[in-house]
Amino acid sequence: MSIILDKVNYVYSEKTAYEIQALKNINLKINDGEFIGIIGHTGSGKSTLIQHLNGLVKASSGGIYYNGQDIYDDDYELKELRGKVGLVFQYPEHQLFETTVFADVCFGPRNRGFSRKDAELKAFTALRSVRLAEDYWYRSPFELSGGQKRRAAIAGVLAMEPEVLVLDEPTAGLDPKGRDEILDLVAKLHRERQMTVILVSHSMEDVAKYVQRLIVMNHGSVLYDGTPVEVFAHYRELEEVGLAAPQVTYLMHELRKRGIPANGVATTLEEAKQSILQAFSQKHAMSQIREL
Amino acid sequence: MLRDITIGQYYPADSVIHKLDPRTKLMATMIYILSLFIFRSLAGFAAVTLGLFLVILLSKVPIGYMVKGLKAIVVILLITVVFNLFLTPGETLVSFWKLRITEEGLKNAVFMTVRLIYLILGSSVLTLTTTPNQLTDGLEKSLKPLNKIHVPVHEISMMMSIALRFIPILIEETDKIMKAQLARGADFESGNLVKKAKAMVPLLVPLFISAFRRANDLALAMEARCYHGGEGRTKMKPLKYKGADGIAYLLIAVYFAVVILLRRFL
Amino acid sequence: MNFIEARKLVHEYIRRDEDDNVESILTALDEVNLDVKEGEFVAVLGHNGSGKSTLAKHLNVLLKPSGGTLWVNGKDTEDADNLWDIRQSTGMVFQNPDNQIIASVVEEDVAFGPENIGVPTTEIWKRVEKGLKSVGMIQYREHSPNRLSGGQKQRVAIAGVMAMEPKCIVLDEPTAMLDPNGRREVLEAVGQLNKEKGVTVILITHYMEEVIRADRVYVMDNGKVVMQGTPRAIFSQVDTLKSYRLDVPQITLLAYELRNAGVPVPEGILTRQELVEALCRLY
Repeated sequence: MSIILDKVNYVYSEKTAYEIQALKNINLKINDGEFIGIIGHTGSGKSTLIQHLNGLVKASSGGIYYNGQDIYDDDYELKELRGKVGLVFQYPEHQLFETTVFADVCFGPRNRGFSRKDAELKAFTALRSVRLAEDYWYRSPFELSGGQKRRAAIAGVLAMEPEVLVLDEPTAGLDPKGRDEILDLVAKLHRERQMTVILVSHSMEDVAKYVQRLIVMNHGSVLYDGTPVEVFAHYRELEEVGLAAPQVTYLMHELRKRGIPANGVATTLEEAKQSILQAFSQKHAMSQIREL
Repeated sequence: MLRDITIGQYYPADSVIHKLDPRTKLMATMIYILSLFIFRSLAGFAAVTLGLFLVILLSKVPIGYMVKGLKAIVVILLITVVFNLFLTPGETLVSFWKLRITEEGLKNAVFMTVRLIYLILGSSVLTLTTTPNQLTDGLEKSLKPLNKIHVPVHEISMMMSIALRFIPILIEETDKIMKAQLARGADFESGNLVKKAKAMVPLLVPLFISAFRRANDLALAMEARCYHGGEGRTKMKPLKYKGADGIAYLLIAVYFAVVILLRRFL
Repeated sequence: MNFIEARKLVHEYIRRDEDDNVESILTALDEVNLDVKEGEFVAVLGHNGSGKSTLAKHLNVLLKPSGGTLWVNGKDTEDADNLWDIRQSTGMVFQNPDNQIIASVVEEDVAFGPENIGVPTTEIWKRVEKGLKSVGMIQYREHSPNRLSGGQKQRVAIAGVMAMEPKCIVLDEPTAMLDPNGRREVLEAVGQLNKEKGVTVILITHYMEEVIRADRVYVMDNGKVVMQGTPRAIFSQVDTLKSYRLDVPQITLLAYELRNAGVPVPEGILTRQELVEALCRLY
């Protein structure tokens, strides 16, 4: 089970004055159960990339294979694929439209051809799993707060029971607590359901904390692809393209420069803390030995 | 397809026509449209053609670019030709099956086609050489006398310029909403008319809500920047007639006189 | 007198049913006191729904107090005669960059404010140029706003406010919809206006990193001002901030956790450099 992108190119407004190559020769294999982060600044092609995964945008050349099947085959059901690769867009306001949250969440499964009863069952499960309090289920989606709308939108995609969940900047505009809640929710879905999760984000700190694999996009190409530790080791190169490593990564490098043996590859707060504490306790132990 | 329509698009260039006051151009366009319905003879046709092509030449907009704009009205042109050709009573020229072409029909078809083509070409000269803002400014100032009969001229022109600014934003937004719903398995294409209309609900509801929200935000932003209607308002780019506009008005008058005289005497 | 003085400012959103009976009352501002001196950079922090945007709208008289008083630039906002004076002296930048740009050409949008207050044409041109230069957008003056990035659009919006020559700018979550680069652009522009032109800045946000450069910080929760002080004083109270659904910058949090684990770094570390220095001293 995997998604394979083979030499994917995408050109906007082909053969006009506004021609832009949004994706250049993308080769990726997304394995089952991975938690992937995609970073890159605006216009780096990350949004275009994820819209290829469920066939919303068709590559100008190259192929995409979902579980070994060519999604550009004439008899491939793209509608089916969109149920399997669930894509949650940045602004929930772009998808919420029904009179109640519950009815809105039913929209996806109904489109996939489930009976009303089955769709309601799936909506029920989805709303439970995004932990939206039941009080809100039968209210208008437009009365919800930003964080609640985001949950409703994620539930609307989860209700289709996708195998892969793709989220485009799900925390934009949320306050710190709201941001943590949504990211924890996504991490939990990944952990408990072994779902493949792809998270598009601007925040280095967030991706470092949550994902197992990080893909850095720049000018339509994949610049780096690896674990956060591997990718952030290139912190100087990242800066050259207008990105940055998490704050703690810089801190660790500076500490090493000043002679404190801190772990240079720490990318999360917890790693940094452990490494600094270790450096201090080693020093402490050494001085105790010397005193003896 | 949408890209082929050049009517209403601005073509940046440094020409005499571009520099004219929008009011001059509005007036000229009106006179020109009027003249299209006045000429009847070949001589009149020649005068109009001369006028039109002289202006196009002066505007420095490539003729090919303007002709491309005609693609959008090919269907209308064909219908006009067919109707005029076959449905005008008069002396039969050719007839086959149940249809017959009359001399008057042929003449009408030719003249109507020419009129339509010239109408589109002429008005696209106006839009191609005038930015939408200049155009609304020109309209506001030309229509100012209507204020006396309580037509809210300033408000109308403000609404027009805001609409012009938000059309591209709303088009982009429609695309995003469409994608968000497609991702949830929405289907905008298959089914009969009723089904298709129903499928538009998930698209239209978020679009309208967003548009209202934008309108509300914009109203606040305008108020915060001290907007309080047209009263006491100054302009960064006030419209002022220059020498060239005087000459242009003179030429317009001469042109109009010639077309009227030609109708009368030739 | 301070440039802005709020005393027991209250704002209630009252919802009525069809028969005009009061259905519910939401107290968005609950006896808020706020003092801002001319030239200060004040940040207002708070989670979504804490009342901070309602406060911002009062400063520009887009809303009027339900109770208490608010004085801006020595003028009572309650008095309708002061409306245009206050709006001119205290400009406002909103969250969504698209929904506050009115014209289809950058320079014409910047001119919108001065046009409304009846500035003569030649003076408008000068102000537009000055405004665009102050945010580094002069080379885009003839562009369409639609082709600009989010950060550039917000800078145009700031230029539009600057062209009215205000004493104070209120920015209501100006970076919430921007990417990190856009955020940096906008904050740098705002910081510069404050430092070089002495413009009073009131920045409303929930991004902790943006608050570091402020002179003073107000924290709002549930319509009330619950904390106030320098960024350092505020950020040394990590647990209190968390109870208000807020956070501290990653470096501050790391310093805090190291302290809890027994490394005696000082309280209220704000920048990476400070933490490096503190750790080197201790090592």
